[in-house]
Amino acid sequence: MKNITFSQATLEAMEEEMNRDQSVFVMGEDIARQGGIFGQFKGLPDKFGFERIKDTPISETAIIGSAVGAALAGMRPVADMHFADFIGVCMDEIFNQMAKVHYMFGGQKTVPVVVRAPDGIVNQAAAQHSQCVEAWFGHIPGLKVVIPSNAADAKGLLKSAIRDDNPVIYFEHKGLFPIKGDVPEGEHLVEIGKARVDREGVDLTIVTWSMMTHHAAKAADKLASEGIKAEIIDLRSISPWDKEAVLKSVAKTGRLCVAHEAVKQGGFGAEVVATVAEEGMDYLDAPIVRVGAPFCPVPFARPLEQAYRVTADTIYNAVKKIL
Amino acid sequence: MEAPKITKFASAVSVREYGKDRLEYFYETMLKIRKFEKTVEEKFLGGEIPGFVHLYIGEEAVATGVMSNMSHKDYIESTHRGHGHTIAKGADLNIMMAEIFGKKTGYCKGKGGSMHIASFEIGMLGANGVVGGGYNLAAGAALAQKMQGKKDISAVFFGDGASNRGTFHEAANFASVWKLPLLFVCEMNEYASTTPYRTATSVADIAQRAYGYDMPGVIVEDGNDVLSVHEAAKKLIEYIRAGNGPAFLECKTYRVKGHFVGDPEKYRTREEVQRNIDTRDPLMLFEKKVTEAGIFAHNELTAIQARVDGQIADALKFAKESPEPDASELFKDLYV
Repeated sequence: MKNITFSQATLEAMEEEMNRDQSVFVMGEDIARQGGIFGQFKGLPDKFGFERIKDTPISETAIIGSAVGAALAGMRPVADMHFADFIGVCMDEIFNQMAKVHYMFGGQKTVPVVVRAPDGIVNQAAAQHSQCVEAWFGHIPGLKVVIPSNAADAKGLLKSAIRDDNPVIYFEHKGLFPIKGDVPEGEHLVEIGKARVDREGVDLTIVTWSMMTHHAAKAADKLASEGIKAEIIDLRSISPWDKEAVLKSVAKTGRLCVAHEAVKQGGFGAEVVATVAEEGMDYLDAPIVRVGAPFCPVPFARPLEQAYRVTADTIYNAVKKIL
Repeated sequence: MEAPKITKFASAVSVREYGKDRLEYFYETMLKIRKFEKTVEEKFLGGEIPGFVHLYIGEEAVATGVMSNMSHKDYIESTHRGHGHTIAKGADLNIMMAEIFGKKTGYCKGKGGSMHIASFEIGMLGANGVVGGGYNLAAGAALAQKMQGKKDISAVFFGDGASNRGTFHEAANFASVWKLPLLFVCEMNEYASTTPYRTATSVADIAQRAYGYDMPGVIVEDGNDVLSVHEAAKKLIEYIRAGNGPAFLECKTYRVKGHFVGDPEKYRTREEVQRNIDTRDPLMLFEKKVTEAGIFAHNELTAIQARVDGQIADALKFAKESPEPDASELFKDLYV
């Protein structure tokens, strides 16, 4: 094991996969000369040159569209979105082109593209630089969606995403980049679609992902001090998602809380909850609770942002109602 | 370096400069498109073809003239009006027709239909149901060709309507700044769906827009003359293959049929359409040229027509007799 940041873990994944496969290349805004606005591409041009680490025009549509075209012509592009919020600019290229080419053309060609999308609230970045939009993509057949919470999964899921012949949206929370974690030495892959049990417990299941896993852990610590053992399931993949792991845990604990940073209304938590209601109602000893952001854009001013944010306390207070 | 120019193609190619085989290829390709489309129209109106169908009738010279300069290693991105491009690129008529009929034997196993035909083995990367959806995919294919050190090119076809999509401008800048081997082919057919192009487009000659992206643009005033299109495309494709970056070809043509089969066409007069058919039909122009020059006798043309009729009849028979996909194939090819 080595202890490195989430950001370094993604760099290792990129470097290993680019060494392994010459058809892998990266393009995005500010990634080569600047190293990515969060430093997540630093040093790659020195190793692979500007031909494989490409600074693009500020043209998200061209970035994603050309990634799809390059994939059809035999490359394995990784496209960086700068901020997940900008993905709206190239939505047609994602949901009408990238997601559909393989199916609509009868399986003639695969589209091995990875879209890296830094999301989430950091540094009061306000309405257009803070959002979590993973739920949009869980609604699109043909895409895979992954969303790691720690350095080891960041590396293992990015490597798996690059090797996957399907298009994968890779959400990486901006607040996670500097957080260190243990990453296994050598080849480390994480299977897409498999959840991770972050901690075991018997009294309550908290299903969560990305940065919210850390808030859930704090809430679980507080509950533990009161003698309540919460089990935390870090989903890691939004599509496909590990229904079995969730149902298995709820069968054991009888109580479910789903927590995410994204807006609660229509969030992916709704899908998790609906599935448990359909397929695991008998397991439940208490009503389900959902924790998510209010139905409101992310505000700028500190008191407003604090009022908006989902934290460990939000999760703690919510689960106390069903215990 | 001198800035690339936007020029009008001087139509000075004599039909005598071509071998008879080459001329027969032009004629047969245009005929295949025309007769294929007539059959699709008839079967759609007869209720045998479902979905939406957009016909290429009247624009055959563009696809034929451009694609005659390309091989299967070159890529194209097509449009919702894509049957002509697909045929000119060398697609199998049987498999195409089967796809349009929604049959398992079609190019996309019946999952695509008229607006989503692709054949990667011949370099046809797909028709696109989203107007302006192809530019950036073509730019990416061209980027791959360049990164792989190939001499092949990509081309993207689009109409005057699609020239107003922002996707064009992103792809044009992208291709120009990276000198990608990409040919933009604008089929100026006068109507953006149902809107006359000059009521919705800032320039009379859409090729003028190439100037802003520092790429050469050529306007073929008679985009229904297959020889003019062929020659203009040939020069631009040579320029692109030499590594100079993208180029823009605008062919002035005319959409003889409505936007889709069933379009009531309230935005134009029957007289306007008939005038174009009578004076600008690409097949008629070609037949006139080759017979007046004494290269083909009428009966030779009739023999080619009969041959193509046979191919279309075979395609129709193949499509009709092919099985539909089984419902169990619903999830097949969703993920790898």
